[in-house]
Amino acid sequence: MDFREVTKVEYLNQGDFACPGCGAGLSMRHALKILGEKTVIVMPACCWSIIAGGLPTTALQVPLIHVPFAVSAAVASGIKNAYLAEGKDDINVVVWAGDGGTFDIGLQALSGAAERREDILYVCYDNEAYMNTGIQKSSATPPGAWTTTTPLGNPLEYEKKDIFNIVVSHNPAYVATACIAYPDDFYKKFEKAKNIKGFKFIHLLSSCPPGWKVDSQDSLKVMRLAVESGVFLLMEKEGELETKLTYIPDKFIPVKEYFKIQGRYRHLDDEFIKKIQERIDKRLKKYL
Amino acid sequence: MKKEMLLGSEAIAEAVKMAKPKVIPAYPITPQTHIIEVLSEMVDKGELKAKFIRVESELSAAAAALGASSAGVRTFTATASHGLALMHEILHWIVGARLPIVLLNGNRAIGSPWNIWTDQTDSMTQRDLGWLQLYCETAQEAFDSILQAFYVAEKLLLPFMVMIDGFILSHTLEQVVLPSQEDVDTFLPEYKPEYFLNVDNPMTFGAAAKGDLFYSLRKDIQKSFERSFDVIEECHRKFNLIFKRNYNLIENILTEDAEIVFVVAGALTGTVRVAVEQLREKGIKAGILKIRYFRPFPKKEIVESLKNANKIIVLNKSLSFGTSGTITQELKDSFYYSEKKPDIYDYIISLGGKDVFVEDIINLAENIDNLDKYKILWR
Repeated sequence: MDFREVTKVEYLNQGDFACPGCGAGLSMRHALKILGEKTVIVMPACCWSIIAGGLPTTALQVPLIHVPFAVSAAVASGIKNAYLAEGKDDINVVVWAGDGGTFDIGLQALSGAAERREDILYVCYDNEAYMNTGIQKSSATPPGAWTTTTPLGNPLEYEKKDIFNIVVSHNPAYVATACIAYPDDFYKKFEKAKNIKGFKFIHLLSSCPPGWKVDSQDSLKVMRLAVESGVFLLMEKEGELETKLTYIPDKFIPVKEYFKIQGRYRHLDDEFIKKIQERIDKRLKKYL
Repeated sequence: MKKEMLLGSEAIAEAVKMAKPKVIPAYPITPQTHIIEVLSEMVDKGELKAKFIRVESELSAAAAALGASSAGVRTFTATASHGLALMHEILHWIVGARLPIVLLNGNRAIGSPWNIWTDQTDSMTQRDLGWLQLYCETAQEAFDSILQAFYVAEKLLLPFMVMIDGFILSHTLEQVVLPSQEDVDTFLPEYKPEYFLNVDNPMTFGAAAKGDLFYSLRKDIQKSFERSFDVIEECHRKFNLIFKRNYNLIENILTEDAEIVFVVAGALTGTVRVAVEQLREKGIKAGILKIRYFRPFPKKEIVESLKNANKIIVLNKSLSFGTSGTITQELKDSFYYSEKKPDIYDYIISLGGKDVFVEDIINLAENIDNLDKYKILWR
């Protein structure tokens, strides 16, 4: 899908509260262009709770409900079932949650909704820490990354939780990763998720300039480096089909290139980076 | 109209069926599990046209109810004990969002240690939430109260918690008069809220509110509670007109000339009724004030009905550690501005299902001169 085919209608109003260069703000804008006006957004506590604006204002042109942290997938299940009970089968009920609300506190509700085959789309915009509370480690924080609760860097023995395969193990209708730095791939995946019935999950890598300590103008660049280095793989799994990569760079760049422009990895030594590179290479072999 | 022998839990399920909720998210927990088993069977057989969501926890049951109600449909769930405690955060959110969800709580103790039997700690500790609370004595009252709960909740846009004592009411067969569906539909028309998650009229719900706005929204909730007395009265009047059964916020049983009045909520009232009968035969003028509505707490009605009583024994099945029995606190508060202040005895009659027999109640009245009104009284 080409960006020229995407609607010029904006469902994200001007004047939202996203930080300059926020990957999550940009992702919402483009996701809604595909999902359209028959969409309801369910939002647990996350950066977007602020970005969307406070009462009586709102940044979205579609219905939005803010909900407690741990339960967005359950609330979405309730909404979808209410619509179905009323014979309304054409509304996209979409969870829009951060990594804390997905990998950590909301994982149980997510698992429950996936197991029940709820016809909802769960989107996790992953900025790899609790950014809204001021950069604390989540189980999506990669090893090495500085946060305020991992002041010496997240230890090497930790691994970022493999949320893609955790969701895949529930045999849902569709699971994908995406990144707004690759808009064609991003659009295609939201289009697919919109049209497939059943439980859909999209894991977005979402840059956070203040949390990753990158310049706002490098927000898209850092996401591209994550993909070009194989740190973040663009992939999907549709129904019974095998997981497949949807974008493979001609040549993967060293992870060092990705780390270099981020302040959160500045303290890492060569030995640490080498071990991370080995992990990335090992994981790539599994998918290539 | 027909009469049937039903378990308390079955009576609840029948009432829910006739109220026609569109979504029922639920998670099993003793002693309310029967209710959701019967409801899921009704849904599977097509007798109840609703979506039954088999959620993975009570936290998600409350959350799915929140979602369904936000989408504008009548919503019911049931829980008990630890389940209600696990729901706590969402129960707050439901109040702030002004969602008229009806929840049935099968009163049960909360651990540690494990205990599946009845006391009222689970719901009494949720009293500050902003949910209406009603305690039932019989299966018939439980049936009727479910219908009334939807009526009142939807008029006020406040959630409603109906309580039945675990096992004593939930697992006991009683005769229940079942009304016709037509009469129930007249009493309880389809729920049509003005604002809900509607793609044709998009709105944002629950976004951050600063102090001034937040404060005024909380004040609105209290204003609705103050208005609730009129709504409840209107509900009881309509209910009586259609179903020929009269209800009030509280029930006075021989309180008019009583010197000793027992204050009690829930199924224990039945035991106290028998004790009071026997006490009267012995020449002791005893009576009962049955608390039906605990939220709103009907202070005015309570003080009025106790105006002739000199001694009041509160039979608590929950306790606020460090102060007193939960009902006792509320009762004492009610008397603060009243001229007459009776002696109020703060009795913890049962916790964790400790049995209460008729003789226990009779002994209390007979030994009232030996009771210390300044202390929490234990058996």
